[in-house]
Amino acid sequence: MTTHITHEEDAHHAHHGHSHGHEAGHGSMKSYMTGFILSVILTAVPFWLVMGDVFQSKAVTVALIMAFAVVQIIVHMIYFLHMNSRSEGGWTLLALIFTIVLVVIALSGSLWVMHHLNANMMPVSPDMMRNAP
Amino acid sequence: MFSHLDTKSLIFGRLDLGAFPLHEPILVATFIAVALGGIVVVGALTYFRLWGYLWKEWFTSVDHKKIGIMYVVLALVMLMRGFADAVMMRTQQAIAFGGNEGFLPPHHYDQVFTAHGVIMIFFMAMPFVTGLMNFVVPLQIGARDVSFPFLNNFSFWMTAAGAVLIMISLFVGEFARTGWLAYPPLSGADYSPGVGVDYYIWGLQVAGVGTTLSGINLVATIIKMRAPGMTMMKMPVFTWTSFCTNILIVATFPILTATLALLSLDRYVGTNFFTNDLGGNPMMYVNLIWIWGHPEVYILILPAFGIFSEIVATFCGKRLFGYASMVYATVVITILSYLVWLHHFFTMGSGASVNAFFGITTMIISIPTGAKVFNWLFTMYRGRIRFEVPMLWTIGFMVTFVIGGMTGVMLAVPPADFVLHNSLFLIAHFHNVIIGGVVFGVLAGFNYWFPKAFGFKLDPFWGKMSFWFWLIGFYFAFMPLYVLGLMGVTRRVSQFEDPSLQIWFIIAAFGAFLIALGIASFIIQLIVSFIKREELRDVTGDPWDGRTLEWSTSSPPPDYNFAFTPVIHDHDSWYDMKRRGYTRPLEGYRPIHMPKNTGTGVILAGLSVALGFALIWYIWWLAALSFAGIILVSIAHTFNYKRDFYIPAEEVVATENARTQLLMKKA
Repeated sequence: MTTHITHEEDAHHAHHGHSHGHEAGHGSMKSYMTGFILSVILTAVPFWLVMGDVFQSKAVTVALIMAFAVVQIIVHMIYFLHMNSRSEGGWTLLALIFTIVLVVIALSGSLWVMHHLNANMMPVSPDMMRNAP
Repeated sequence: MFSHLDTKSLIFGRLDLGAFPLHEPILVATFIAVALGGIVVVGALTYFRLWGYLWKEWFTSVDHKKIGIMYVVLALVMLMRGFADAVMMRTQQAIAFGGNEGFLPPHHYDQVFTAHGVIMIFFMAMPFVTGLMNFVVPLQIGARDVSFPFLNNFSFWMTAAGAVLIMISLFVGEFARTGWLAYPPLSGADYSPGVGVDYYIWGLQVAGVGTTLSGINLVATIIKMRAPGMTMMKMPVFTWTSFCTNILIVATFPILTATLALLSLDRYVGTNFFTNDLGGNPMMYVNLIWIWGHPEVYILILPAFGIFSEIVATFCGKRLFGYASMVYATVVITILSYLVWLHHFFTMGSGASVNAFFGITTMIISIPTGAKVFNWLFTMYRGRIRFEVPMLWTIGFMVTFVIGGMTGVMLAVPPADFVLHNSLFLIAHFHNVIIGGVVFGVLAGFNYWFPKAFGFKLDPFWGKMSFWFWLIGFYFAFMPLYVLGLMGVTRRVSQFEDPSLQIWFIIAAFGAFLIALGIASFIIQLIVSFIKREELRDVTGDPWDGRTLEWSTSSPPPDYNFAFTPVIHDHDSWYDMKRRGYTRPLEGYRPIHMPKNTGTGVILAGLSVALGFALIWYIWWLAALSFAGIILVSIAHTFNYKRDFYIPAEEVVATENARTQLLMKKA
């Protein structure tokens, strides 16, 4: 619920105790349908890639699925979350960029750090124990 | 977990009489004192019939000002608890030499230093800064409340619920003996089978819900509810630093929650995320917890920077030097704080390339911080400085924090860190920046905004006593630790052999004693100010000749903060309004739309305490019951449509006329 700073508060709104941000659009039937169809296609294609054994190489399949997943995320953000560079005065896009930066830092940083830790601290796995000379 | 199912463990889980520490005289005495104190307080509240008042006006309040004050009260109470732990540690280390075992056995000492760290960070510093932000930010941006008033109340009570769980551990069971971040494998089920780590986990998880929600709330408030004309670059600096702090909270606390959740899975259902064997990796925990932990440091210090910026500008009678650079420095610190976490574990073995990267980023982050120090100095330069209590704290901070910052840069050099890590040098460093930065900051802010919250100033004499005892006590308490750390004394040790070290610990204990006098002076200051409140009364609402919007309304502000939403033309907007000969509008008041109080926050937090307690002690029926309760109450609350009301115009007129009368009498 939002406390309003305007005095001309219409009683109808107040009764429901909430009001909609007027900047964020709600999308039309058409945009929802576009999003839905795109999502279905983007889900069906990876499904077919796996079930139909389209590629010999597993790596290619995985890479393609990841690529489709990224496109899928973008489709969801545009058609379902109504994100564009103007919504909420640009704050949504800024928040998105900030989030991506932080997630990339945290994930790549952790991988880098843990890779070096593992390499340097030589964890001895049961496998290595068995194969030890 | 389900190894022996009998009736007793079905009802009480692993809770039995042995959990009550009756054999520990210190704890029994503390319990008696707390119980007696509690009875006196409860008795007094009942006798003076204050329960209804407290419930209606405070506990269920969604007013950001009252919630802010409750946060600060919680922080002060927890400060007493955390400081008591500190005094015990200092005393123990000062006497435990040459075969003398001191008065704290190791297993108790380990709990004390863990509790001290956890309480001071999560339940003293965090509520204190959150409280100040809650109280001040809506006033500074000309809003009537935060974006989500009920959520605000709920956040406070979740934080309080976490504190309650930690306090329960004092008398029922034990607390963690792992250090404040509970590194596995020590905190894993194998090495810490008791309830201590579980208290730690659930205390932090419950409080973490509150912290995260409060962060979301304040971010939304600052973005959406600024008064017309207040662009981002016209916001007061404290609002800016609060904004960045809350972004940090929203972005990092989920990492803490997830890390602790993985640790609980290890402890409760036998997964192997952080165990030594079966593919687990304890180093991953250290990595993850510091991805949260380093931004957490800035979550605490950024609001303090904001407080000092407001105070310096006000008490030097000048616009803050380099407003834009101050804002950019804050934003840069916000981003960079995500790029330095590894400096907390240089010695874990990441190798030269990784250590060099994080060492350099750590040194870089001191640049914007240094820029801020110069901004404050240049604001003071040729300013007409009034040495009132908040300004004293600010100057004390500038000197102390720079020393702490320099030892920080020393620790940022990886080879030096290999010598100094885990030593008392590190302890001295982070107390140097946390006490010298955060504690001085919140105490400065407390003295600065107290008249706004209660309508009378705090007594300056006892304020100065408190300041000098704290400042001198701080140097006595922590400079010896730098020396000891350079000599190689490690942290978290309860007994020593080498008698030549003892003198330094005695000096440090003397410092702790001086700080105790500082805290006592602070309490006396509160009492004296309350007694002399008529003398110290401020009717103008602007006792310090302030520069930002919170000083434009009455002290204490009315429920609705501003009868008319101010329109902003410049930063330091209240100074600007005064300069342009602003006069209060005396008519044309309208009814004001406000949120309604609700008890749901208290109920949900109470159920969360029950849930946490049940999970800690394996009382599964209670856990299921309280969890179901939380869900039901949450759903029921969504059907509560009576969430708002209008303050009638007559009431606004009456309030504002009373203020007009007061102002005329003064003039």
